[in-house]
Order: sequence, then structure tokens, then C-alpha cells
Amino acid sequence: MKFAVIVFPGSNCDLDMYHAIKDELGEEVEYVWHDAKDLSEFDGILLPGGFSYGDYLRCGAMANQSNVMSEVVKAAEAGKPILGICNGFQVLTEAGLLPGALLRNKNLKFMCRTVELKVVNNATQFTTGYEKDEIIQIPIAHGEGNYYCDDETLTRLKENNQIVFKYASEGPNGSIEDIAGIVNEKGNVLGMMPHPERAVHDLIGGSDGLALFKSIVKQWRETHVSHA
Amino acid sequence: MKKVKVYVTLRESVLDPQGSAVMGALHSMEYSEVKDVRIGKFLELQIEEGTRDVDTVVKEMCEKLLANTVIEDYRFEVEEAVSK
Repeated sequence: MKFAVIVFPGSNCDLDMYHAIKDELGEEVEYVWHDAKDLSEFDGILLPGGFSYGDYLRCGAMANQSNVMSEVVKAAEAGKPILGICNGFQVLTEAGLLPGALLRNKNLKFMCRTVELKVVNNATQFTTGYEKDEIIQIPIAHGEGNYYCDDETLTRLKENNQIVFKYASEGPNGSIEDIAGIVNEKGNVLGMMPHPERAVHDLIGGSDGLALFKSIVKQWRETHVSHA
Repeated sequence: MKKVKVYVTLRESVLDPQGSAVMGALHSMEYSEVKDVRIGKFLELQIEEGTRDVDTVVKEMCEKLLANTVIEDYRFEVEEAVSK
């Protein structure tokens, strides 16, 4: 399986993402600059964390206007798995690929620590490697991770089982219903504030994030590789 | 040339933690009459008049980039730019 790590000016988790895919997962991966005009050779698209365009105006607002985003939209429509982490999640909401928006943390602080996440939905192509309601340890590092959506959207998210991760203990940022990650209706676009790519090896404090990447690959293999 | 002033604010339904913090500070300074503080953004654009209608173009820019209408409201004023 071949992944693209999209790099915007100001992305800073792109190296971690690349490392997770190449060294821990053993899959193919390439960095793709934000002005790329074709993503057709890739099977999965990863939007890393960071501070694209310095978070000017709004997090992810300017990144959403870059060339590569119309290709990301195309890939989403084609059903390819798309994962946006942290700033990547913010970009996906700005692009309208995921509903809602990320606001300033309720306590106005940049929160940087490992939190407990609950896997609310383990039936997505990103989470089959987890048990339902499993508690996992994943680091967060954000100042604007306070997920917001209107009541109508929240009802829809619940009805369609689109809430994938919740903060298990006290929410660190004020998110509605402690939401930490959601998928789109089709289930192929996941956005989350916590950083699974920073939890892929016990040497760096934990490996609970690895199952997420393995789930993506497993699903892809099952649908794309024939065992004739 | 037109000068356009764009005001972007968080929607009423959205909690504004910065505004709440500033209100708390004002209260501690004994300005107890302050009942609400909302913090927003002010953008000033210089726009050359061409074939496209300025109001239409600014509205488009607000919808597409300058504001995120999921969480923000915007309004703008168009003035004659004073040449320097």
C-alpha cells in the first residue's frame, strides 16, 4: 500500500507520520508538497499535524486553498482512506470533508500530554484493530482542538456512528461530548486531534497508535489484493 | 479604489473563551458593568474596481476564506479609498 504524506508550509508532524508508515508499518510512503496536482498513484492520503501557514486567519484555512486539496477531495470521493491528524483534522473540516470546526481550547492553553482515548466505534476501516470501547494511550499537542458542531450535526454524527474517538477521562479542550475524532458519512475520511503517529513504538512511550495504521492497511489488502 | 472593512466574529451559539477571559479581567479591574465580551477579527482590504461587483466579490471571499461560517459570522463595509 502506498501512502502520501501531504506537506504544507508549517507542517511539523510529517516526519513522524513518514516514520510510522515506513519503519513501523513497512509500507510505501512519499512526501507530497502542497502544490501537487495529482495524487492518483497513492492508495491512502495522510494530512499531518503542525501549523500550516502559521495558523494565520484560522487553523487550516489557507492550507485548504492549496492545489493539493482539490486532489484530496477527489481521493475522498473515490473512497480512498484519508487521515487528518491535528492540523490535518482542522484542514479537513475547513475543506468540508468533515463536519464542524475546531475552536480554541476552552482553557486557552496549548495542551501537550498523553491522554486516554476511548474507541467508540471500532467498525471503521481505521479502527478494526481495536476492541470496542478499548481505552488507548495517545499523545495530544494542540491549542485549538475544541471540537464544535451544531446540534443538528451532532445528532447526525451519532445516528451515523461517525464519532470514532472520545477523550476517556476529563476532556482536555472543551470538545462537544468529549469528541476526539470523527469520520465522514462514507467512513473513509478520519480526522482526529490526538497523534497516533507519535505512539507507534514502546521506545517513544507507547505503541497504541500503531493499530490504527495497521487497520487501514488490513482493510486495503482485503479489498485490493486477490489471493488467487 | 475601494476600502473594504470586514468584521468576523464568532457566532452567538459558539463559546468565546478569549472573550470570557477578557471579561474576567475587566471585572477584576472593577468594571462590573461589562456583561459580555466577544473577540473577533478586523480585516481591511483595498480593492481595485474592475468588471466584477465589489459586494459580490467580497461576499465570495468571506464565504470561501475570510470567515468559516460553521463558527463565524461576518459583515463588511465598502468605502471610497482615500488616495495617498
